[in-house]
Parts: sequence; structure tokens; C-alpha cells
Amino acid sequence: MIDVLYFAWVRERIGLAQESVETTAATPAELVTELAAREPRYAAAFADTSALRVALDQKLASFDAPLAGVREIAFFPPMTGG
Amino acid sequence: MRLSIQNTPFSPAAELEGFATGHRETGAEVSFTGRVRDDTGALQALEIEHYPGMTEAAISAIMAEAATRWQLLDCLVIHRFGRLAPGAPIMMVATAARHRAEAFAAAEYLMDYLKSRAPFWKREITAEGAQWVGAKASDEDALTRW
Repeated sequence: MIDVLYFAWVRERIGLAQESVETTAATPAELVTELAAREPRYAAAFADTSALRVALDQKLASFDAPLAGVREIAFFPPMTGG
Repeated sequence: MRLSIQNTPFSPAAELEGFATGHRETGAEVSFTGRVRDDTGALQALEIEHYPGMTEAAISAIMAEAATRWQLLDCLVIHRFGRLAPGAPIMMVATAARHRAEAFAAAEYLMDYLKSRAPFWKREITAEGAQWVGAKASDEDALTRW
């Protein structure tokens, strides 16, 4: 089980802020493929992963980073702080 | 060193009271305040979302890195989230060092990294609806100079 968090327009498109997902995905990219196959709202949110960022256990990571041992994954658009 | 992520308003002037006091060797203090800008006159509010936990961790790491690059005697970051009115302070950074070059450079470094490495997302609210603010390529490019 992994906790999946969504922020900003990713959260809006999927209609959820957080969910627990049972997955065997080895990387964020594999998890994206699994989620996008679920329902159109997921496919819409993940249509262009170049427009997305991913964090593993609250640290920025790449879409091909290993998911082994990760408890929390978050998907969000590029950050607009400051 | 102080970091505050808060949904309540703050007064930049009040926050600078007591900043860097107790360091007699402080010769330079720089502060920057970012405010909610209304480019068109139509902005009703700015809503800021963040990632609790990661926000604090990311900014703490940015502050720690700044403190290793420059000899900072004090450092302050405040960033709001929630719903803000036009003109309201969104965030501020302050740095104190022996000389101004270090204080200015550290403040710019903190600002550049806060822009694109701290997990905040802004949404502009107007009478026509809500619009997420897109990240600027120039903000990402700004990191290459460090």
C-alpha cells in the first residue's frame, strides 16, 4: 500500500486529495500508467507527465526513481512559491 | 534562523523587530516582501495551496544550504497559504550578515529556490472564475546561476 497525494489542478481533475493504492509499480511512471488506466479523470490528470512533478516521501524525485520502501507519493504541477 | 508557514496575516515590519539582534558583528540586513499583485484590477483574491510537511522540509533545506554558502548571522522565511487579498504580504525573507554582498546574495538565493522548489501553488480568483498560476520558465532558469 502506498499513500498517493494530489495537489492543485491534479487534485481538481482527479477529484481527490489523497488515497491509498495497492500497487506493484516499481516507479512513479509505472504507477501513473496504472492510475491513468483506471478512469478518464485519471487519464486527464496524467495526460502529460512533463507538466507534472513527483515527490517520494516528501522529496522531489524523477518518474523513474524506485518506489520500493516509499510510503507516500505526491503528484503536482510545477511549484509557484514566493 | 526562523521559518513560519502560516495561514494568518503578518506584518513585515513587525517581523523584523528583533531580527538579527544579539549579533554585534551584523553589518548588513536585507529583507524582501512578496505581495499579492493585481495586474488587471480584476483580482478578488489569491488562494495558495501547499504540501504540509514537505513545505517545511524543503524550505528548511534551502535555508540550511544558504547558511553553508554564506556566513549568515540570521535568516528568516515566512510564507502564507490560504486566501489572500490583493496587496497582502504573501511571503518574506530576511538575511543578516557581516557585509551586504552576502546578505543580498543569500536573500536572492532563498527567493529563487522558494519560487520553484517549495511546494506552493497559487490560484487567482476573479469574477470570471479561478485560474491556476503557471510556473514560469524564467523561474526555473534562475536556479542555474547558483
